[in-house]
Amino acid sequence: MSDVIVIGGGPAGLAGAIACAKSGLNVSVVDEFIKPGGRLLGQLHREPSGEWWNGIKESERLHQEARKLSVDIRCGVSVYNLEKENQLWNVYTNQGTLTAPFVLVATGAAEYPIPLPGWTLPGVMSIGAAQVMTNVHRVQVGKKGVIIGANILAFAILNELQLAGITVDRIVLPERNQISQTAGEPEEVMKSLLNAAHLAPSPFLRFGSRFMRRDWIRKVGLNFYPKNGVKINGTPLQLRKAAVEIIGKDHVEGVRLADIDANGTIIAGSETIYEADFVCIAGGLYPLAELTAIAGCPFQYIPELGGHVPHHSETMETPLKGLFVAGNITGIESGKIAMAQGTTAGLSIAKHAGKGAGTIDEQLQQALKNVRTVRRHAAIQFNPEIDSGRSRMNQLWEDLYATSIEQ
Amino acid sequence: MTRIIDHPILGKLDDREIITFQFDGNTYEAYENETIAAALLANGIRKLRAHEGSGTPRGIYCNIGHCMECRVTVNDQANVRACLTVVKKNMVVESGKQHPNIVKRLVEQQ
Repeated sequence: MSDVIVIGGGPAGLAGAIACAKSGLNVSVVDEFIKPGGRLLGQLHREPSGEWWNGIKESERLHQEARKLSVDIRCGVSVYNLEKENQLWNVYTNQGTLTAPFVLVATGAAEYPIPLPGWTLPGVMSIGAAQVMTNVHRVQVGKKGVIIGANILAFAILNELQLAGITVDRIVLPERNQISQTAGEPEEVMKSLLNAAHLAPSPFLRFGSRFMRRDWIRKVGLNFYPKNGVKINGTPLQLRKAAVEIIGKDHVEGVRLADIDANGTIIAGSETIYEADFVCIAGGLYPLAELTAIAGCPFQYIPELGGHVPHHSETMETPLKGLFVAGNITGIESGKIAMAQGTTAGLSIAKHAGKGAGTIDEQLQQALKNVRTVRRHAAIQFNPEIDSGRSRMNQLWEDLYATSIEQ
Repeated sequence: MTRIIDHPILGKLDDREIITFQFDGNTYEAYENETIAAALLANGIRKLRAHEGSGTPRGIYCNIGHCMECRVTVNDQANVRACLTVVKKNMVVESGKQHPNIVKRLVEQQ
């Protein structure tokens, strides 16, 4: 029997497994995908330093380190239930049940869908699907595509598609409705892009970030926003166009677009069909937390963290004894932060298991400090209000659990 | 669809072993250790199944096992996710089919 079962072999799970194993614990990692690395595998971007962040290499590095520490890594294993029995956690998988006193749930995130007519056609996929197909499987998703949804993830993956020689014809917004919400409102989209303008997808936005913070300037800016969009590395970002339908019989053949005003209202009679053989829907990420819900963990809705997150302390414990979390399940942030959180969770587990005599508190404090440092220097920040989201969860933990746990 | 053999940052793909498998009775080539979904897309196949009720076409959506849209039948095992399953030599893959709907047919006949 293992001391620790880690669910999810991405940056958080592998870093957690490594920290546990270094502290002398026996660790098993299970993951649904064909190889370890999770969503780190698809990542490929240039750091502000000019160096490339290659997710495949980072995944291999973590994998090798875990293997050297005799971590048992099993891929192609799906977990469908998590339950406590006689002080031990049962992890139910498609390949039998695993049991351990400690479980680290590092299941990452999933993408919010934005349904629209025609979105079930083959050739329509989430933006993350296109990333994995391109960088991990190395198969082109099409010849000419349209991205629906303008956010950080969409820009990062646009760049990756371009690197692989795939033409993205344009980025447009989803039609404004109850599901797409602010993702369909040009002014709101502009606001969120300006917050992330240090990523600088275009000179227009970089310029805007400094001058367009005020509401009225932003409105003026949108009214003057070029009708054909602003080019991002050759691909027009069209904030004044919305996708109303994806066209095709057996697969995607085109997208019907309409002009929209600054609030996202469709301008009648402006619809045009543009040819495309693939469509990516970029609705943003949310914490993939079902397993902690099944286990009985209480949740809090914190929009800055990406949605509903399980209650957890800064040292990654949940209110359920022996159950820990790390990575995007605790809030949407970059892979580097997930790794730092994984290390924290691993040390936290070691502490609860009575390992690391004498130095464990110091190690844990160092790991927590590292999470904050990595966050401060993050090149990609999905939500500009991430700090306030994290503070809310920490406060909630203090209020609900801190005193009772110290007793 | 084209494979991305040369990549400016990720480099050139090493020569991988080619295997063959079947999809809906036709034989296709795949690289070993790739998923069924990737192998089929590389062969230009986007449609992986028909919706059980409506019969409309479906393909991959999330590509990482969350959405269940890519379910196919593999060696007689139904509802296998093509995006998470490694294609094997001589594997027999069948697309998901529309199910007969007796009630609907009765209503249509009236």
